[in-house]
Amino acid sequence: MILDMNGIYKDYLLGKEPVPVLKDVNLQVDEGDYIAIMGPSGSGKSTLMNIIGCLDKQTAGSFIFDGMDISQCSDKELSDIRNRKIGFVFQNFNLLPRQSVLENVELPLLYAGVGKRERREMAKQALIKVGLEERINFKPTQLSGGQKQRVAIARAMINNPKMLLADEPTGALDTKSGEQIMKLFYELNSEGVTIVMITHEREIAEYARKIMLIRDGEISDCGGGAEQ
Amino acid sequence: MIENISLSFKGMLSHKIRSLLTMLGIIIGIASIIAIVSTIKGTNEQIKNNLIGSGNNTVNIQLFQGDWAMDFQYESAPSGVPAISRETKEKIENIDEVERVSLYRQRQYLDSIYYLNKQLAGGNVTGIDENYFDVMNYRIKLGKGFSENDFKNNQKTAVIDSIVAKNLFEGEEPIGKVIDICGEPFKVIGVAVKSNTFEPVIETVEDYHTYKSDASGKIFIPERSWPIAFKFDEPQNCIVKAVDTDAMTQAGKKAADILNNTLSVSEDINVKYKGESLLEQAKSMQDLSNSTNKMLVWIASISLLVGGIGVMNIMLVSVTERTREIGLKKALGARKKRILVQFLTEASVLTSIGGIIGVISGIILAQVISKFADVPVSISGVSIVISVVFSMAVGIIFGLIPSVKAANLNPIDALRYE
Ligand SMILES: Nc1ncnc2c1ncn2[C@@H]1O[C@H](COP(=O)(O)OP(=O)(O)O)[C@@H](O)[C@H]1O
Ligand SMILES: [Mg+2]
Repeated sequence: MILDMNGIYKDYLLGKEPVPVLKDVNLQVDEGDYIAIMGPSGSGKSTLMNIIGCLDKQTAGSFIFDGMDISQCSDKELSDIRNRKIGFVFQNFNLLPRQSVLENVELPLLYAGVGKRERREMAKQALIKVGLEERINFKPTQLSGGQKQRVAIARAMINNPKMLLADEPTGALDTKSGEQIMKLFYELNSEGVTIVMITHEREIAEYARKIMLIRDGEISDCGGGAEQ
Repeated sequence: MIENISLSFKGMLSHKIRSLLTMLGIIIGIASIIAIVSTIKGTNEQIKNNLIGSGNNTVNIQLFQGDWAMDFQYESAPSGVPAISRETKEKIENIDEVERVSLYRQRQYLDSIYYLNKQLAGGNVTGIDENYFDVMNYRIKLGKGFSENDFKNNQKTAVIDSIVAKNLFEGEEPIGKVIDICGEPFKVIGVAVKSNTFEPVIETVEDYHTYKSDASGKIFIPERSWPIAFKFDEPQNCIVKAVDTDAMTQAGKKAADILNNTLSVSEDINVKYKGESLLEQAKSMQDLSNSTNKMLVWIASISLLVGGIGVMNIMLVSVTERTREIGLKKALGARKKRILVQFLTEASVLTSIGGIIGVISGIILAQVISKFADVPVSISGVSIVISVVFSMAVGIIFGLIPSVKAANLNPIDALRYE
């Protein structure tokens, strides 16, 4: 089991009032799983995703990731987990606009301390894999939405992380681009990468092996997905 | 690091006007400091050169009555002041700080010097010993200097300087000609010139007279021939050449002590030899100019402080603007330290470039000041290096708060930031 969440609570402070967003979330993910999490807007999907991605901390509950108790980890350890074990894909791509496609993909390698020449080479390979070898010297603004998201996936996967986290990866894309992204996810998953994806589109969720539903801060298995 | 620096450059270039305005405070601060420091250094060197004479290191030891130097041209020596003997001179020569001693007598603005019927306007006659030319840095340009015979046997020979040669002989060959000094004939055997001349600075009436008597030319005769021309054997002036500039004060003091021991005057007439320490005068003048200029440096530093605050302000804006970028970098695994270093580099690249531009403008400013205010400037490499290092430090110091703020951003808050 790569991810084991038990009794996770998350409150946000609105002024001094704590507003509960996650209430007793239990989630287990095995290595190689492909999970889609659905739910209405404001139900706490992103909140859960941020905790899984070690970007935010739960208010209460235990969270074991790849054998490590995340609540005990130092700032430095969390940085390294985010760098090496997790890849992020965001709805709005989050590419650095002033840097080239290649430089964007190189970033996680830079933080991992990989030398310049090796970085170049690895980033190039990753871009070839997502079909963007022609665009390596472009600026992100010169790309279409689907291309931007593929750059983001190349960047997320550059350090060979165990898990790919995607928060509405197709939310800003047209159907065709969305399908391409899902094809990429499928390939990655068949290579053994664990994927947790948030979406509110049923068709997109159907690509996953398992679909979960969040409603009012509680998570439930709702059936569906490729495994059923 | 190199990556960070090149990123900082990219960032700067993408906000050209903003970066330039931010640097302005640093540029102005550094430029004024460089200009002021160069002016201080130039002035100090000028004071030292002019007062001491570049490398001459001579100290005049004069007889003082109270606070006034006695001048035997106009008054006679009080009884009990003997002429300086050969033994006394040797004693002075043996002082560690003294390299050479010369004794001489001088009459200024004489109107009793003739070549045939031509009168020299305001000449200046010096009776010298064998060390004088060496101590005062003269060299023979034409003819020859005094021989041992000239010094020992009261020869009526003379060496003139090039000004006298020009004024009295007007292009005629002076060597071998006979001139008339106070009615006595002296044969010109050589022309002497100063080995190193410097432009005198005329600030007082005394300076003016010294300069004027220099300008009207000098005639040298051997010490022993002095009484022939002037019918009078007054005590000599004593000038010592110190081993180096720093030894001047000591050389002057010790020589004056030895000379004072030869005096047998009563206390109440208050006559005493004193070394006229030009070094000390130079130092006190330098101190004066230093202390006024130090204040200017402080004022310029305030401009640097204001510049630093400007940098801090713009860095805070930049951190806020780039909150999402910081959040993303953290999500991708950038550690706190990396973010910190990135922003510190940015701030110090900004201020270092400001510093370099400041140094360049400071040098230009210094040249302009020296042109228009007629102040000498001397630009020191050390002050340039210090300025650039200092402006880099300003960047690091004032960039620290914004950089720490950036490094401590919570990744999720940063990513959510709109
Ligand atoms: N930083 C925050 N401060 C306060 N409330 C927040 C914060 N982040 C999210 N929330 C609230 O938590 C709830 C869940 O948000 P989110 O997890 O983004 O929902 P989803 O991604 O499912 O649309 C929303 O009501 C939102 O307003
Ligand atoms: Mg969301």
